[in-house]
Amino acid sequence: MAEKTILTVSDLIFEAQGKSILDKISFTLSDDETLAVIGPNGAGKTVLVKCLLGLLPYKGSVIWNKNVKVGYVPQKLYVEKNMPLTVAEFLAFKEKKLAKVEETLVKVGFGGRKNLLKDKLGVLSGGELQRVLIAYALLGEPNVLIFDEPTSGVDVVGEGTIYSLLHKLRAEKHLAIIFISHELHVVNQYADTVFCLNKEKVCYGVPHHAINEDVLTKLYGEKVSFYEHKHHDY
Amino acid sequence: MTTNFYFLLVIGALVGVVSGLLGSLMILKRMSLVGDALSHVALPGIAVALMVGINPMFGAFVALLVAVLGIWYLEKTSDIYPEALVGLFFTTSLAIGILITPEPELFEALFGSIEKISTLDGVVIVLSSLVIFTVIRLIWQKLILDVVSPDLARVGGIKMTRVNLLFLLMVGLAVALGVKFLGTLLTGALVIIPAIAARNISQNLSAYRVWSMVFGALSAVVGIVLGFWLTLPVGPLVVLVGVGLFFLTLLYRKL
Repeated sequence: MAEKTILTVSDLIFEAQGKSILDKISFTLSDDETLAVIGPNGAGKTVLVKCLLGLLPYKGSVIWNKNVKVGYVPQKLYVEKNMPLTVAEFLAFKEKKLAKVEETLVKVGFGGRKNLLKDKLGVLSGGELQRVLIAYALLGEPNVLIFDEPTSGVDVVGEGTIYSLLHKLRAEKHLAIIFISHELHVVNQYADTVFCLNKEKVCYGVPHHAINEDVLTKLYGEKVSFYEHKHHDY
Repeated sequence: MTTNFYFLLVIGALVGVVSGLLGSLMILKRMSLVGDALSHVALPGIAVALMVGINPMFGAFVALLVAVLGIWYLEKTSDIYPEALVGLFFTTSLAIGILITPEPELFEALFGSIEKISTLDGVVIVLSSLVIFTVIRLIWQKLILDVVSPDLARVGGIKMTRVNLLFLLMVGLAVALGVKFLGTLLTGALVIIPAIAARNISQNLSAYRVWSMVFGALSAVVGIVLGFWLTLPVGPLVVLVGVGLFFLTLLYRKL
C-alpha cells in the first residue's frame, strides 16, 4: 500500500502567559509511520500532543485527514486504590460488547491473566494499567495512536513489553503511531522518524541520521554524550 | 400509624435514594464538602420564602440555583478548585440566613420538620426525583470518565462544562428536596454518608451506585421510624442511622 500523509502540522505556535512553549513546529505523519517526539523536561512534548488532540488552543494549523480516528493513551489515570471501578466497567465506556473487549485484552498481552475484568483499576501495576489504556484506545478502532510517555511509571521489564507491543500492533493493524519518549534506545529501535523538541524543532528525520552529538547538546545541555543503550530481546 | 406516616416513609426513602445517588458521584469527584456547604446556602432562600409567604422548598431551590451557578463558574474559570472561597461564601450565607430567618421558623429551617411535609411537597419530590434519575442516567458515564481522565473525556468529544453544570443543578435540586426533612445543617450528611458507607463494601461501580441508594433509603426510613417511635426530631436520627451504617460497613471491610 502506498504511503499517505494523514497529518500535516505547520507553524504550530503555543504560548502561555506570554512565554513561548512551542515555536513554529512543522512536520507530517504518514499512515503507517511511527514518529517519536523526544526532548528534555519542559520542552513542550505534552503540550504538543495536546495541541494535536485539539485540547489546547494554538496558532498555526494541525490538519488531520478526513476519516482519521485518533486513539489517545494518556500518561496515567486518576484512580485511587479503592476506587470502585473495574477494568470491565472502564472498558465498557468505550465498547459494550464483552467479546470484543476480551479479544482486545488478549491483543494487548493479557491472554493469561485471569479475572482481570473484575479487578479494580486501582490495584493494577503501572504496566498493566498502561496496557488497559492501550486496549481502551484500540476499542475505538483507531488508525493513529498517540502515546504520552508510554513508559512513565513502568519498570524496565514492563517498558520493553510496552514498546514491543506497539511494534506488534503496528504490524497487525496498519497503524500510525506518535509517541513521546526520552529514551534514545527506544527511539532508535522503534521509530521511523524522530522529532527532537526543545520549544522549537532541533532535529527531524530518521533517528540514526537526525540524532547526533550536536543535537543532543542542544536538547539536553553540554554534558550529555551520545550514548546508546544496548538492550536485548524486546 | 396513619396514612401520613406511610406517605412520609415513601417520600423519605425517595429523598434518601436520590441523595445517595448524587453523593456517590460527589465522593468520586472529591467534592464531598460542596454538598455540605450548599445546604447552608438554602437557609437565606428559606428565610426569604417564609417572609414573602411562598413554599420554603422553592426558596431553597432558588438560592441553591444561584450558588450552583457560582460554583460552576468558579470551576470553569480557575484551574484550582477554589475551596476556601466556597467555604467563605457559604458560611456567610449561613450567617445571613440565621439573622433574617423569622425566629419561630429558625429551628425547623436548621434541623428540618418532617411533619410539615404536605401532599404538594410530596408531588414535587416525586417529580424532581424522576428528573434527577433521568439526567444522572444520561451523564453518569461521562462524569466517571472525567474523574479518571479529563483528557480522555475531552478527546472522546464530551462537553464537560455542560455535563458538570447539569450535575451541579441536580445536586442543588436534591439538596432542596432534603432541606425540609433534615434542615440546612444536616442535609449534606444524607448526600455524603450513604456513599462513603457504600464505598467501603463495593467491588465495582454498579454495586457502589446501588449500595449508595440503598443506604440513603435505609437511613431515611429507619430514622423516620425511630423519630416517630421515640418522639425525637427525625433529622438528627436519619443522620445518626447513616453514621451507624457507615461503621457497620467499616467493620465488614476489616473482617
